[in-house]
Amino acid sequence: MKVLVPVKRVIDANVKARVKADNSDVELNNVKMALNPFCEIAVEEAIRLKEQGIVEEIIVVSVGEQSCQEQLRTALALGADRAIHVQAAATTEPLAIAKILNILMTKEDCKLAILGKQSIDADNNQTGQMLAALANMPQATFASKITFNESATQVNVTREIDGGLQTIAMDLPCVITADLRLNEPRFASLPNIMKAKRKPLEKLTSEELGVDVTPRTTLLSVTPPAQREPGIIVNSVDELVSKLKFEAGVL
Amino acid sequence: MSHSILVVADHDNTQLNSATLSTLQAAAQIKALTGSPISLLIAGFNCSAVSEAGSKISEVDHIIYADNSVLNHHLAENIAALVLDLVPDKANAEQTFSHILAPATTTGKNILPRVAALLDCSQISEIIAVQSQDIFVRPIYAGNALAKVQSNDKVKVMSVRASAFEAVNITGGCATINTLQTVTDTAQVRFISEDNKVSDRIELSSASAIISGGRGMQNSENFAMLERVADKIGAAVGASRAAVDAGFVCNDMQVGQTGKIVAPDLYIAVGISGAIQHLAGMKDSKVIVAINKDEEAPIFGVADYGLVADLFEAVPQLEQQL
Ligand SMILES: Cc1cc2nc3c(=O)[nH]c(=O)nc-3n(C[C@H](O)[C@H](O)[C@H](O)COP(=O)(O)OP(=O)(O)OC[C@H]3O[C@@H](n4cnc5c(N)ncnc54)[C@H](O)[C@@H]3O)c2cc1C
Ligand SMILES: Nc1ncnc2c1ncn2[C@@H]1O[C@H](COP(=O)(O)O)[C@@H](O)[C@H]1O
Repeated sequence: MKVLVPVKRVIDANVKARVKADNSDVELNNVKMALNPFCEIAVEEAIRLKEQGIVEEIIVVSVGEQSCQEQLRTALALGADRAIHVQAAATTEPLAIAKILNILMTKEDCKLAILGKQSIDADNNQTGQMLAALANMPQATFASKITFNESATQVNVTREIDGGLQTIAMDLPCVITADLRLNEPRFASLPNIMKAKRKPLEKLTSEELGVDVTPRTTLLSVTPPAQREPGIIVNSVDELVSKLKFEAGVL
Repeated sequence: MSHSILVVADHDNTQLNSATLSTLQAAAQIKALTGSPISLLIAGFNCSAVSEAGSKISEVDHIIYADNSVLNHHLAENIAALVLDLVPDKANAEQTFSHILAPATTTGKNILPRVAALLDCSQISEIIAVQSQDIFVRPIYAGNALAKVQSNDKVKVMSVRASAFEAVNITGGCATINTLQTVTDTAQVRFISEDNKVSDRIELSSASAIISGGRGMQNSENFAMLERVADKIGAAVGASRAAVDAGFVCNDMQVGQTGKIVAPDLYIAVGISGAIQHLAGMKDSKVIVAINKDEEAPIFGVADYGLVADLFEAVPQLEQQL
């Protein structure tokens, strides 16, 4: 079976985002960019499924500007087999991305898509669910464990939910989104980074796929959140308790 | 019923959760701007108590009630199908619903994007403010920026961050209850099991005080120290990702960008460094206390009261003095 793994280029998780002075957006010039951590987990899971013989080919896809090819190469270095770059604005909305992914799933005859649960820049938590809806497939979001039956026609997925863990069974084809504890991604080795440069990377555009990516929302402004008043350092537990009681009034 | 604001309730078949009550507050703000009535969808199994409670909320005008075993576990496929069934003319869905809201709980996040996609609408995730009937504010980049977005969609679909809206009260209402008979059972997905920690501890998302432990706690046994403090002040116990990853505590206790977002009156962070992702989940708390032995730890940057100390000395002292 072929698996589609959509990946996104985002700000590095260790970098604190700063708002531009003109409040038009977040500053991304000269900021370290990376593969979205949840996408890294999705890629790792696909590689493990390939190692188990359940998956034959891993196709990674990214919708975005030229620069997202860097993240596609990273995914190829980790172990994906080939990549598709769909040229579109970096701000393309989840609905349009899901439409593109839906077309690619059919075109490539993928029985499974593994996405990240959330992109750490836009914090949408939407794309996998939207893809599943458009493709009329079942979904398992927030996956922490994935187990296929022997014939790989059905998959049990354990999901991290507010109350604990839930396990559901789905028939394939289906969509899974990865949560933090699904696996611990490997690092790409130097030889694999070199090899990734020669793996196929196909270039498409949203027009070629016939998807209208016109945004449905307008970003009016981006502002920094209110800063907290600076706090104080107390010298003892005594002092802490009395401050909480008499100054803050929360005890 | 023409042109209403639909709220998809999250509940455990017994009670509406507080996130739903907060979502109704956001809906009420939209109602104040547009005058449209609020419909609350209660889908589940053996959940008549939930529907009755919903009908008593003064902000709610109609209850749409679907009670069927296929809705027992709130599978997204079945609930999204149910919502779509409420819309007779999909191409003109705005004639049925002007807005569709759900709490940004794991259940709401699972269902809502499916509904949006099937209506060919985008979704605005985790709104924290309603500015007009089509302009909303939402945090992005782990809460380090606030985006003001205008929706141009025919139906405005959005999830609501519960910590940003005060819960409505379950009083004063007498909403009509409209019971749905037909439901969809998506055969491609089946519920297998749920591992719900039945605990007598206070729930994180509705707690007025929280004490959270991080990697500094060292093991799961040491979390008992936090529980003892929690018991004394009526707090819930939370954790950082590192503490969950290390297996000290369960996943449902993770506070942060990708866990639970909380804003209690008091948040005590113990042995937590204060990574961007953790701060994203708690920095809107009213009063923040940090106990950490490293005075350089970033958590002190958001703390109102910082105590530089070894937690194994400070926490037992704290317990004694409370
Ligand atoms: C995609 C992504 C999503 C994430 N989502 C989340 C999330 O939702 N929530 C979250 O919390 N994290 C999240 N993280 C992880 C986050 O980046 C940090 O790694 C994590 O929060 C660190 O946890 P910690 O503070 O417990 O551990 P550490 O950073 O290791 O800090 C431990 C602290 O304990 C202190 N300490 C140790 N011993 C003692 C002692 N005896 N007494 C007092 N202090 C002591 C140390 O000084 C240190 O400051 C995410 C990361 C990524 C990449
Ligand atoms: N531009 C994109 N290109 C490819 N995949 C994406 C893109 N944006 C989001 N995704 C996928 O959807 C997941 C969830 O993203 P989001 O819905 O934006 O939070 C990500 O982890 C990716 O797997």
